[in-house]
Amino acid sequence: MSNRIDQLFAGKRTGVLNIYCTAGYPELNDTLPVMKALQQYGADIIELGMPFSDPLADGPVIQDSSNRAIRNGMSLKVLFEQLKDFREQVHVPVLLMGYLNPVLLYGIENFCKKCAEVGVDGVILPDLPMDEYESEYKPVFEQYGLHLVFLVTPETSEERIRKIDSLSKGFIYAVSSSSTTGKDKDMGNQQIYFERLKSLQLKNPVLIGFGIKDKATFDAATTHSNGGVIGTAFIRAIENATNLDTAIQQFVAGVK
Amino acid sequence: MKIAENTFGSKYHVDEKGFYGRFGGAYIPEMLYPNVDELQRNYLAILREPGFQEEFDQLLRDYVGRPSPLYFAKRLSEKYNAKIYLKREDLNHTGAHKVNNTIGQILLAKRLGKTRIIAETGAGQHGVATATVCALMGLECVVYMGSIDIKRQAPNVARMKMLGATVVPATSGSQTLKDACNEAIRDWINNPVDTHYILGTAAGPHPYPDMVTRFQSVISEEIKKQLLEKTGRENPDYVMACIGGGSNAAGAYYHFLDEPDVKLIAVEAGGKGVHSGHSAATTQLGKLGIIHASKTLLMQTEDGQITEPYSISAGLDYPGIGPLHAHLYETGRATFLNATDDEALQAAYELTRLEGIIPALESSHALSKLGQVAFKPDDVVVVCLSGRGDKDMETYIRNLPGNTGGNV
Repeated sequence: MSNRIDQLFAGKRTGVLNIYCTAGYPELNDTLPVMKALQQYGADIIELGMPFSDPLADGPVIQDSSNRAIRNGMSLKVLFEQLKDFREQVHVPVLLMGYLNPVLLYGIENFCKKCAEVGVDGVILPDLPMDEYESEYKPVFEQYGLHLVFLVTPETSEERIRKIDSLSKGFIYAVSSSSTTGKDKDMGNQQIYFERLKSLQLKNPVLIGFGIKDKATFDAATTHSNGGVIGTAFIRAIENATNLDTAIQQFVAGVK
Repeated sequence: MKIAENTFGSKYHVDEKGFYGRFGGAYIPEMLYPNVDELQRNYLAILREPGFQEEFDQLLRDYVGRPSPLYFAKRLSEKYNAKIYLKREDLNHTGAHKVNNTIGQILLAKRLGKTRIIAETGAGQHGVATATVCALMGLECVVYMGSIDIKRQAPNVARMKMLGATVVPATSGSQTLKDACNEAIRDWINNPVDTHYILGTAAGPHPYPDMVTRFQSVISEEIKKQLLEKTGRENPDYVMACIGGGSNAAGAYYHFLDEPDVKLIAVEAGGKGVHSGHSAATTQLGKLGIIHASKTLLMQTEDGQITEPYSISAGLDYPGIGPLHAHLYETGRATFLNATDDEALQAAYELTRLEGIIPALESSHALSKLGQVAFKPDDVVVVCLSGRGDKDMETYIRNLPGNTGGNV
């Protein structure tokens, strides 16, 4: 069990906090300082966004962070350069999240190889079809020990959830409502969905994302699953921070 | 109407997985899966229902005014020394070919029990065509349109509003067609149950490219019949059309795809010149990529960020191209040319003065290449006149030769 995601869930089954931040945001060279601060103040998993010009599943806040990061000069090439020695300082599991187009252009195999080299543990590519992953890319991801995390939504059928569970590694990302990120839909109505997920007794741990923004929503997520993912609220918290470190400390303290 | 005939097995039609060669597919986030899956499962069966075909045919005939004339353009033919016919999609209700598709999709949406319609629009023609069918069927309509396009196509914005649609400006990215499409897809993610997305071009996730192409295929179906009546032969030597996403071209080519004697010519928007940095000539500048959930040729940076395209014509201002057309380009089945803003403008002025027809800026791109193909005098050439120029009057007047900004 060499993957850090598996190691984490082997020791911690509840209240796992995954925080998303776009790489190269707010400034190009903030990627590493943000990761270090997140680790220091208690994030269990870090999800680094690979910025894309046309992020279809994201709301305005993450879109803006993406555009700003691209303007800052962020790209996959720059990101892997920044991550070259990051494992000397960051020990929590790290996933890269982004859209398929830049990864495809970089080359799937090349991308997986680079991830393994620098010490990335997993990848989330929401627009990579499950069938195509299974028929074309799965062996490459496995060869480099990289976990691919798939999403499920309240509309996903049980049959499809089972398939997703069989192909996912690390954890399953349960989107709390059918929405783009940061939409602030009411999570209260999602109990039945969360209970249904729980009752399926999936092989993978489940983290709930979308709509988690503070202690109350994080606690609600963790009662139904192994933990939660926060993105938009975190981006907002550091958007105009005068002191990045303090802002991150306050944000994480406010959630845990 | 032949919209639902079985075409699997043809080299140029979509396969069972939604691909044209290596292009196409449905690269959608899980949040869109139920919507797209529902369409994939049902579209062909619905199109094949006798009641559907009947209603579609009847609306195209009595409401849209089809068949649209195939007009022999005598003076244009004399000038270019070939037999040039114009397929008059500009004479359709709402002024362009777009309505063929919106009629089809609104009937489909009703059969799927949808109560709310969303759409993207570039030039506003698809937005108007969507707002029109929503008024006709009494359904709520939201149209996403780039902020820049809202400014340059004001008459169409007014028409959509009068028809009862809500026009929402897309303020992200290049604020044109690509971003309007992003916003429509995001809306669909947030409204997965009651909403149907009427995508206006032969792009997007499977089954849209095939579905839109089938609804537009009425164009080539009519061309065949009309040519037979007028010339004694069904097939022209050339079919020419402009391409942004490529819905009018897809419809004009459809029934000729497997007829190798019919040469297909596609004209992309060269903007200020293909290599000027201000262009939308996707096949010349694009690489394999994914845009709006379709794997196709795409204008992008070396880091895989989608490039902001440019064209004087809002309807062609798109950094991708429908997957069918990427396949036609790669296999050499169609010849791809491009026209600059200026060439398109000159072609518009020329058609206006020779034939008394003011074409849309988009269609003018296709017309502008008549002088660049080596026709023989007996060649039968069909140009798809995809829309009329009312919406472009401001641009035409501003650019009139000799116009210095005084009275016109």
